[in-house]
Amino acid sequence: MASRVIEDDIPFGLEDAPARNLNMIEAINDALDIMLSHDPSVIIMGEDVGYFGGVFRCTAGLQEKYGKTRVFDTPINECGIIGAAVGMGAYGLRPVPEIQFADYIYPGLDQLISEAARLRYRSAGEFIAPMTVRSPFGGGIFGGQTHSQSPEALFTHVAGLKTVIPSTPHDAKGLLIASIEDDDPVIFFEPKRIYNGPFNGYYDKPVEPWKKHPDSKVPEGYYSIPLGKARTVREGDAITILAYGTMVHVVDAVAREKGVDAEILDLRTLVPLDIEAIEASVEKTGRCLIVHEATRTSGFGAELSALVTERCFYHLEAPVERVTGFDTPYPHSLEWAYFPGPVRIGEAIDKILEA
Amino acid sequence: MADRPNGTGNAGHNRPSLRLHVPEPKFRPGDEVDFSHLAISEAGAQPRPDETCDPAETKPLVTDLVRVLGDDNKAHGPWDPRLDADTMRTMLEKMALTRAFDERMYRGQRQGKTSFYMKCTGEEATSVAAAMAMASDDMVFPSYRQQGILITRGYPLVEMINQIYSNRGDKLKGRQLPIMYSSRAHSFFTISGNLATQTPQAVGWAMASAMRGDSRIAATWLGEGSTAEGDFHAACLFATVYNAPVILNVVNNQWAISSFSGFAGGERATFASRAVGYGMAGLRVDGNDPLAVYAATAWAAERARANAGPTLIEHFTYRAEGHSTSDDPSAYRSAQERNEWPLGDPIMRLKDHLIAIGEWDEERQSALDLECAEKVKAATKDAEKNGILGHGLHHPFHTMFEDVFEELPWHLEEQADQAIRERKIKWPHA
Repeated sequence: MASRVIEDDIPFGLEDAPARNLNMIEAINDALDIMLSHDPSVIIMGEDVGYFGGVFRCTAGLQEKYGKTRVFDTPINECGIIGAAVGMGAYGLRPVPEIQFADYIYPGLDQLISEAARLRYRSAGEFIAPMTVRSPFGGGIFGGQTHSQSPEALFTHVAGLKTVIPSTPHDAKGLLIASIEDDDPVIFFEPKRIYNGPFNGYYDKPVEPWKKHPDSKVPEGYYSIPLGKARTVREGDAITILAYGTMVHVVDAVAREKGVDAEILDLRTLVPLDIEAIEASVEKTGRCLIVHEATRTSGFGAELSALVTERCFYHLEAPVERVTGFDTPYPHSLEWAYFPGPVRIGEAIDKILEA
Repeated sequence: MADRPNGTGNAGHNRPSLRLHVPEPKFRPGDEVDFSHLAISEAGAQPRPDETCDPAETKPLVTDLVRVLGDDNKAHGPWDPRLDADTMRTMLEKMALTRAFDERMYRGQRQGKTSFYMKCTGEEATSVAAAMAMASDDMVFPSYRQQGILITRGYPLVEMINQIYSNRGDKLKGRQLPIMYSSRAHSFFTISGNLATQTPQAVGWAMASAMRGDSRIAATWLGEGSTAEGDFHAACLFATVYNAPVILNVVNNQWAISSFSGFAGGERATFASRAVGYGMAGLRVDGNDPLAVYAATAWAAERARANAGPTLIEHFTYRAEGHSTSDDPSAYRSAQERNEWPLGDPIMRLKDHLIAIGEWDEERQSALDLECAEKVKAATKDAEKNGILGHGLHHPFHTMFEDVFEELPWHLEEQADQAIRERKIKWPHA
């Protein structure tokens, strides 16, 4: 059965807005540029984000355009970066701190978990921390143990934090704008493997650049994508596959290649989660595969699996399966043995369909 | 053991063995106390550099002790803030009220009206005098022993007690441990139980104020024990890197629960001297001298307002009571310490000063103490109408799910529904 591919829907009547083909880095830069110009309370800070424009170039040109007090470098101190952002948020600014790699977010964890996440609650709404912490995450770039981790589950476990993960340039711009406008603290993880192109999981084949991909069509100007709404990457009847970030493209490639009539949901935000879309899809297909790059035990896939089992059990025709990274630190030289690629995903799909 | 090439495997076997140093306080329960080792400098003998000076000029002041009130109860030297008698009487009143408040709330905890309380006895000057030296809209990021700031800023006592009792009048909806107040209207940041986390936040707030061209500055307080936390060092770094208009107050009350200041590095260097390495102005102040605390804070505030940068102030004081109502200080320190503390009691010192200059007398002091006790008593009665902890008069239970996020997401809505169902079973007559 042939799969039906959905053309990306451009939200909010922007169908006619002029669009450009951007890669994810350019789309993020565009979103930041728009928010800096649109709202004087938005500021950007982080290691190397100022003059240099970020090691991935996401903030390139912004300091030059908006000045050193809107876009500036910080000491290498994540606790200070997040802690200062909490204070700035309490003052009334909307800081967008960058943590250069998600692997380095841990020194700032207490400020995120105990402080930013609970500020509204513990002050009964008197103080809020409207910050968006941007951080590149995930592997597949030979980054070794310290430049490859996917720590999203840690943040979804904390009451008061929102976790957002885009998978296309179009979504990266719209979701980042929505995150910056949100009054709650948002962790915005950027899948760095797909900054430049939609990686399909085949490490030994050339990666198609974004510019040739339909999802790289980014409308000019302001638009936002509401948090908590999943994107249907493609419709199908045989199996629901839940994924986010880089893995959206990998599962899409595997499903196409295997000719499986899969319905692929790109979750976009883990908290708040689009439970309605998940339920509707699993009730239709009766089968569910969850794919993420993070380690397996207590990963976000465990939460998804529990939710699907609790809420869709009588519609299920097969046990819910998870495909994940292994429960080891990210091994530098054995990266492609670790990565949950087409073989692991393909086996899981077969197992679920045969059940 | 690592060996050198061609080594025998026994390298170093004939060297003296290494020893670990574990700090130990000078006095334990039962010990005679002798504080003669403390170098208490003469009141008025410390130079007062210009507020906009190079941070290096404050270097002698990070090891010395800024003092104004001498043994003769008179004010001395260049740090004398030359306050008028009315201002000093107000300061005395706020400190006395803070102490009366502590006394009553402590008893309230013992009577089972709340779960927990923390007194600031002996440390009143470090919050009251400091708050008086700042503008009322300067933002403060306190720790848990600065109730004197709220009292100085005129926050209603009944609101404080509502919070302590977690009753239906508690503006924080019974979510916070008693004494962890928050009042945006009084520029008083919500208190965290995680130590030192407020310090980089204060710096961030001050940076934001500077970014916006505002004129308000920020100040933060933490105990000397909490300076061991990484957050404090992040705060010092960010404060100096961005020249933030912020005052970092270290209240050195000698004890972090049962750990003496030596475990935070106080054996080797003063806490004020932490400023030197960061290139920040630093002052070490007699924290039981309300005029010295006022003068130092006014100096630091002026410095911040003049864009001359942050100041680290160590308030050298003594925690006369236990850490909290859950603590028993007699189990770890000499009972004599409190009485032998060479810098006296801040309320007594200001009272004696006002008497010495003919602006006060013992009768008025007795009347003030009585008035403070009555005020607190009346506020307590008012607050008790809203309930005490554990007696049912709390915020409606559904408020438990509010303010986690700006809007209630589906999973919290479902959990709130569950709480409603459970309530009907658990408390059918509620």
